[in-house]
Amino acid sequence: MAELSAAGRAPAGVIHDIGYQRYTGVRLGRGRVVQALFVHSLRTAYGLGRTAKAKVFPGILVGLGVTIAVVAVAIRTQTGEVEMTYLQFVDTMGIPLLLFLAVIAPELVCRDLRSRVLPLYFSRPLRRSDYALAKLAATVSAAFLLLAGPLLLMALGGLFAQTGGVHGAWHEVTDFLGGLGYAALTAVVLGAFALPLAALTSRRAIAAVVIAVGFTVTTPVVGVLMSLGGPTAQQLSSLANPVSLLSGLEAWLYRDDRVDIGDFGPLYLLVAVALVAVSTAALLTRYRKVAA
Amino acid sequence: MSLIETHSLTKRYPRVTALDGLTVDVEPGIIGLVGANGAGKSTLIKIMLGLLDRDDGAVRVLGLDPATDGEAIRARVGYMPEHASLPPDMIAAEFVTHMGRMSGLPKAAARERASEALRHVGLYEERYRQIGGYSTGMKQRVTLAQALVHDPDLLLLDEPTNGLDPAGREAMLGLIERIGTEFGISVVVCSHLLGEVERICESLIAIDGGKLLRADRVSSMTRRRDVLAVEVDEGADQLLTRLSGLGLDVVRAGPELLVPLAGDETFDQILTAVAELDLPLHRLDQRRHGLAELFADVPAEVSHG
Repeated sequence: MAELSAAGRAPAGVIHDIGYQRYTGVRLGRGRVVQALFVHSLRTAYGLGRTAKAKVFPGILVGLGVTIAVVAVAIRTQTGEVEMTYLQFVDTMGIPLLLFLAVIAPELVCRDLRSRVLPLYFSRPLRRSDYALAKLAATVSAAFLLLAGPLLLMALGGLFAQTGGVHGAWHEVTDFLGGLGYAALTAVVLGAFALPLAALTSRRAIAAVVIAVGFTVTTPVVGVLMSLGGPTAQQLSSLANPVSLLSGLEAWLYRDDRVDIGDFGPLYLLVAVALVAVSTAALLTRYRKVAA
Repeated sequence: MSLIETHSLTKRYPRVTALDGLTVDVEPGIIGLVGANGAGKSTLIKIMLGLLDRDDGAVRVLGLDPATDGEAIRARVGYMPEHASLPPDMIAAEFVTHMGRMSGLPKAAARERASEALRHVGLYEERYRQIGGYSTGMKQRVTLAQALVHDPDLLLLDEPTNGLDPAGREAMLGLIERIGTEFGISVVVCSHLLGEVERICESLIAIDGGKLLRADRVSSMTRRRDVLAVEVDEGADQLLTRLSGLGLDVVRAGPELLVPLAGDETFDQILTAVAELDLPLHRLDQRRHGLAELFADVPAEVSHG
């Protein structure tokens, strides 16, 4: 064997030992460490750098989004009609996005809680809040990318399909950016809502159920108010649930008339901002308390 | 420069005082921090890492104050917590690489040093396996590797031999000794087993109830405290009185009398006393490892080797 002949010449018979080398290279600061944690977590959400099994679920949802986008582009090229706007695409992806969050949010935080790996993080330069915010940013970004990827496909297809020349192309681009903005809003509100729920427990399955319940528990309230309440109650009813809250915001920001929110648009925005703020505060509190 | 310096360090929890006016000054090297469970070892480590705030007193680690420079300290310190805490579904090399990046190493350097760290702890061949399939001893080695990956100036190891079988303990202790002597990294080893750490440590700090029992270099402790153990079948009290009368600092430990060994004349003094009192001498032997007796007032669990 090769090692044996090498061992014969090596002093003291130690084959592998070339001694300990001190590290003299660069040491990056806290900001770059947080950035590395963010990228690592974002990759984890999509199963990158992980087992094939972990890639299945995110893969299915990415495939679903891309398929919808491709079909939408195909129909538009064939018929010339816009069957699905950018905003409608984001709405269509509503349920898949909730499922995605119910799986990836626990994936990002519960594993670390369950394997009690947090002391290893907290004994390093980054702070508890850094850890929590990096995970939050990764969750929101993962959700945003799930929507933004197919939107970009639709935009590229749309640019080729549209017949309005430069003016039409410009129109397409602004529509696309509008859709992207709505996707970002959706990702921020739903991501910020889901992550602290996931961080409540170290069991991924339980966390997924908690998130699913969190998203749906107030849906009946919206329904009841919508059908039984007076005009004002109806216009306010969508505030009761994070998903319908987004529909209300969309109605106000993009002058969509599918949901009637009257003149309460600013209130919807305020509630959305408050929801994100309270969720983030809850997440930070959770990580201030968690054992290290 | 002192490695660790504390002055009247105090930490109170609602119901218990974890550290009670602890003052130590530790030189670089391999340091054993011994004390029973609940003696305040982990609290001390967390204060040194800047993860807990002290209530009173002062502390400096590597010349820095953890309360204000916690980040800088944590960048230069490696920490191995008491319970192996690793994600089972991650590959060891990837996990250690990730933890290296979390300590501020650039990507390529983290990967390279992770391989090196795993090689030094003896997991080079197995480094691409999932941690979940590792034995307890291998997991402990991964935990050590992640504490070593960023080339710290100081390693804090909390009960590194916990849960290991005798062979695993030996291997872990040997590894720690190598890190301290060959790698040039100072190591603080926490343990409730004095007998285990005394072999590899250059100095020892014993704490109990948050108070310092003793802190000294191991060499000076053993030299000063070589003892003769005398056991007589009866009349131990008489002998104690007689030897004390001769000006010897005799301590009673169970059935034995422990007499500090000053020189050959100590043997003569004891034998003469036994003969004059006409006592049945059962045993007279010299103890080279007298550390356990040093900590006679430490709870039994600590002095148990």
